[in-house]
Amino acid sequence: MSDPLSRLLATRDWLLADGATGTNLFNMGLTAGEAPELWNTDKPDNIRTLYKSAVDAGSDIFLTNTFGGNASRMKLHNAQSRVRELNRIGAELGREIADAAGRTVIVAGSMGPTGEIMAPMGSLTHEIAVEMFHEQAEGLKEGGADVLWVETISAPEEYAAAAEACGKAGMPWCGTMSFDTAGRTMMGMTSAAMAAMVEKLPNPPIAFGANCGVGAADLMRTVLGFVAAGPERPIIAKGNAGIPKYHDGHIHYDGTPDLMAEYAVLARDAGATIIGGCCGTMPEHLAAMRKALETRPRGPRPTLDEIAAKLGGFSSASDGTGDDEAPGRERRGRRRG
Amino acid sequence: MADEEDIILSELDDEELVLQMHDDLYDGLKEEIEEGVRILLDRGWAPYDVLTKALVAGMTIVGADFRDGILFVPEVLLAANAMKAGMAILKPLLAETGAPKVGKMVIGTVKGDIHDIGKNLVGMMMEGAGFEVVDIGINNPVENYISALEREDADILGMSALLTTTMPYMKVVIDTMKEKGMREDFIVLVGGAPLNEEFGKAIGADAYCRDAAVAVQTAKDFMSRKHNKLAAG
Repeated sequence: MSDPLSRLLATRDWLLADGATGTNLFNMGLTAGEAPELWNTDKPDNIRTLYKSAVDAGSDIFLTNTFGGNASRMKLHNAQSRVRELNRIGAELGREIADAAGRTVIVAGSMGPTGEIMAPMGSLTHEIAVEMFHEQAEGLKEGGADVLWVETISAPEEYAAAAEACGKAGMPWCGTMSFDTAGRTMMGMTSAAMAAMVEKLPNPPIAFGANCGVGAADLMRTVLGFVAAGPERPIIAKGNAGIPKYHDGHIHYDGTPDLMAEYAVLARDAGATIIGGCCGTMPEHLAAMRKALETRPRGPRPTLDEIAAKLGGFSSASDGTGDDEAPGRERRGRRRG
Repeated sequence: MADEEDIILSELDDEELVLQMHDDLYDGLKEEIEEGVRILLDRGWAPYDVLTKALVAGMTIVGADFRDGILFVPEVLLAANAMKAGMAILKPLLAETGAPKVGKMVIGTVKGDIHDIGKNLVGMMMEGAGFEVVDIGINNPVENYISALEREDADILGMSALLTTTMPYMKVVIDTMKEKGMREDFIVLVGGAPLNEEFGKAIGADAYCRDAAVAVQTAKDFMSRKHNKLAAG
């Protein structure tokens, strides 16, 4: 338990993570199609403001502005040669803000998906994926990240590649997937299957869970799926603040601070330990979540009906776990060998 | 199951074979689909009938189960690959026989966005439904869309985005089309995980399509309306 996140987890029964990166940067003038990671060097003060706003709102953990900082994504902006630098600086700026916070704040080095499909379905091999994640991981480590934070992953193969890369960099890590398709990841993985996969990794994460996805209600259903699997490690819940709406050239999420406060308490009561937001989650949401977690007593684990009543309905009738496993299609006969 | 007889495609009658091909598409069995297409052609089927009755009908089942959360991206990619293999045989024959054309679509992922899974699925399902598809790839600035639409004489523009940071770019493209006075010449369909119907309306698209199956249906609906309008005008 030598790493700062594990030490902090040992002293607390919940931790508040951060909110949105993209939504906050848009409000500072990032335009659609621009790479947010380039701001680490071009507009470092904006990134400091982003990190500080999460810390000031009460976050115990914040993620670096490096989500798309892998070679595959940076190539779109002809910045694939700057992967290490952009990740290092993204983490350095985080270190600076965390160390000035006056309390323990964890700098989590964000690592998002490559955006490519893994072999054999797609062209990205395990080796290349590990190499890309490893390059990013080394930059984040160099910049002083406390922990690496793999997020918004859809494919179990990509999750495993990121895990291996974190191990190569000798860094503790956490990893979440995005359950955005009928309660599963885009690649069809259920919450139960992820919980099982995580325990089988040679280099398992400190904590695992879900981020992004559809709305807060769906994310809660996913958390209940993790809990039912009886995992041995803390669960992360980082849900979106509602659903994106478009107003006057801006994306606005319709989840209020009150709703996110409700979600934070439900997530804790359901069994999540690291609780935060994702897209659309602004500092005012985080402050409301912090206050609710500090002031409201722990309650019993919520049922799906209670979640739907408080956060709204689910995007699909089933999420493929428990008795809800989708029926297979009747085939006409045996396949030829 | 194991003691059942293996299926020999060539021994099935037409009706059985078509149903078996629907299963084989569902299971993503590329070689079996190629074999099935050849058998039907050898039996004198018109290429257009092979396309619609065997492949398109089979992909419709795949699309419906994808929509309903029974199949997911990996299975659909396999199915689409199998369909593509069948299409590769049919394509030259379709051109020769002057099969009816449903419409033409230009499709691409917006600037800053590398994600092409959804876009590829839509493209393949549209082809499966008989549309001609021009895929302009990922990370497209507005100029790429405009020039492709003009060059290809397309009916439909499809735009895809997977990130909240890139989806607003769709509005840039639509606004540019308006400025150039060409917006009304095209059906604009948008899609991607973070989008929704309200977003599609707000940016001025004709429709938001939540998945590839919906995209096909929506495209067909708009094309028939377009034809009706032309006939009426």
